[in-house]
Amino acid sequence: MVQRSGILGRSRTVTLILAGLAVVLAAASLSVGAYTLPLPDLLQTLVGQGSGSDEFIIFRLRMPRLVLAVLVGCAFGVAGALFQTLLRNPLASPDIIGISQGASVAAAFSILVLGLSGAAVSLAAFLGALVVAAGIYLLAWRGGVTGFRFVLIGVGVAFMVQAVLGYLITRGDVREVQQALVWMVGGLGSASWTDIAVVAAALVVLLPLVWVFSARLRLLQLGDDTAGGLGLRPESARLAILFLGVALVAAATAFVGPLAFVAFVSAPIARRMLGTGGLALVPSALVGSVLVVAADFAAQHLLPGAVQVPAGIVTGLVGAPYLLWLLATTNRGGRGA
Amino acid sequence: MTAPEKQSHEFGATGLGLGYDGRPIVTDLNLAIPAGRVTVIVGANASGKSTTLRGMARLMRPDSGVVTLDGRDIRSLPAKDVARVVGILPQSPIAPEGITVGDLVGRGRYPHQGWFRQWSAADDVAVTDALSVTSSLELVGRRMDELSGGQRQRVWIAMALAQDPDILLLDEPTTFLDVRHQLDVLDLLAGLNRTRRTTVVMVLHDLNLAARYADELVVMSDGRIIANGDPAEVLTPGLLREAFGLDALIAPDPVCGTPMVVPIGKFHAPC
Repeated sequence: MVQRSGILGRSRTVTLILAGLAVVLAAASLSVGAYTLPLPDLLQTLVGQGSGSDEFIIFRLRMPRLVLAVLVGCAFGVAGALFQTLLRNPLASPDIIGISQGASVAAAFSILVLGLSGAAVSLAAFLGALVVAAGIYLLAWRGGVTGFRFVLIGVGVAFMVQAVLGYLITRGDVREVQQALVWMVGGLGSASWTDIAVVAAALVVLLPLVWVFSARLRLLQLGDDTAGGLGLRPESARLAILFLGVALVAAATAFVGPLAFVAFVSAPIARRMLGTGGLALVPSALVGSVLVVAADFAAQHLLPGAVQVPAGIVTGLVGAPYLLWLLATTNRGGRGA
Repeated sequence: MTAPEKQSHEFGATGLGLGYDGRPIVTDLNLAIPAGRVTVIVGANASGKSTTLRGMARLMRPDSGVVTLDGRDIRSLPAKDVARVVGILPQSPIAPEGITVGDLVGRGRYPHQGWFRQWSAADDVAVTDALSVTSSLELVGRRMDELSGGQRQRVWIAMALAQDPDILLLDEPTTFLDVRHQLDVLDLLAGLNRTRRTTVVMVLHDLNLAARYADELVVMSDGRIIANGDPAEVLTPGLLREAFGLDALIAPDPVCGTPMVVPIGKFHAPC
């Protein structure tokens, strides 16, 4: 039908623009640094024709960081889109309602109290996100879960978890606290091919499931009664989609920390670009990737005085004004968010 | 336009009890929906009309009793199978921000699609048909939030038609519409019933329109059915007093002779 191809055309354009932006940013991230590779050398290295030192810099140092940034950005973008659509609330993002914080506190606990490091910390973070999400779901349950209650309870839980985090940090050993702090802001400095393999495996399992469940999500957007009338069991579909969103956030957060606001802003940016009211899962994933790659680039190279900070600080700086704008404008529209 | 005739089904409720949070709204309700006809449920506010409709559409778990479709408990059937036979247009469906008419109506095809839901030629045919029946074909690329109330309601009905159910339940499909658009919607539904033998069950507030469009009128009061049958036999001054606490005269509708309710009110009797 005519209007379908029109919408597809727009969506394809947006997707191509985002993908192009991602490629440019990727090239910049790979070539710029303490030792800057000119573009021809970079391309030569990428096809296996570069010098030994160039190969080391690209494949050992810069490429893991870039690939991990793309993957976690995609996970955050899709997770945010799922949460915000499902709970029908722009504030309903895993980094606002305490799920990312759950991962942080579990990671901090494992470092500061249990003395763990490496993969064990990631596992703890993953479990922390799942546990906090399950807790919010159970607290919000009243014969079903509504978006508004879920968000309010989530925001409350986020503060509680933050308090626990503060407590852990004040009583921790100074050197370990340093390690935990970087982790809690979120950054890509520790990227390794092993991390990438785990995140990639998680995405390979989760993203096809998201695609399968997206038809159900489209029905849930119309309200539980309409969805139920069309042959969906709303509560079980909602639980399954929430689980997918939590698993995506947990898998990403487990390796790079919370990266504030990436999940929160990706889907709204993608949907504004599309302007069709669709789910925009693919563009949201791309926006997430672009944001993380750009934030990591900025955090490494663009700060005054050549300071390098974790990427989570940059995403926080960019995302916080959007949160303020949202809080200032939503109630005017009477949406009560 | 080809109008495939709908299959007829035995659809009804036996001893149905429905409530919210343990508070009973509907008790011991028995209702058989005549196939291929228009059934209209009327009653005062909070008499359990909408609850009954939601229960029939298996949107609520009954506290007691069953809703049966062709002799089987509707809750024991796969949800998608039921959705290909029974469709419901709830009172206030939600249109996602910025959604287009074509996208919305297409979502009605869900029960006809499998896990991997390729959009098929049959889906295209059904959506186009649903849009043309509801005279909304020209709206297809528009956004829902740009439409008038009457257009929007026609699009929602189009979505329910894209679902292609044999039995269509509608909860107050004319609310918030002016009188001309109320008639448009009711004519559309009556037309579907006549050309395709779609069984229509709807909750209406306007008694005169209910009496005119209903083959079968169901009157509810306090969570029970207090009368049902041909509107000409059901609507009496005594029943109106019982169901609505209303003093009224019944006169024949000058258009088609169906009963017309003329409320008396406080200051005008007898004028």
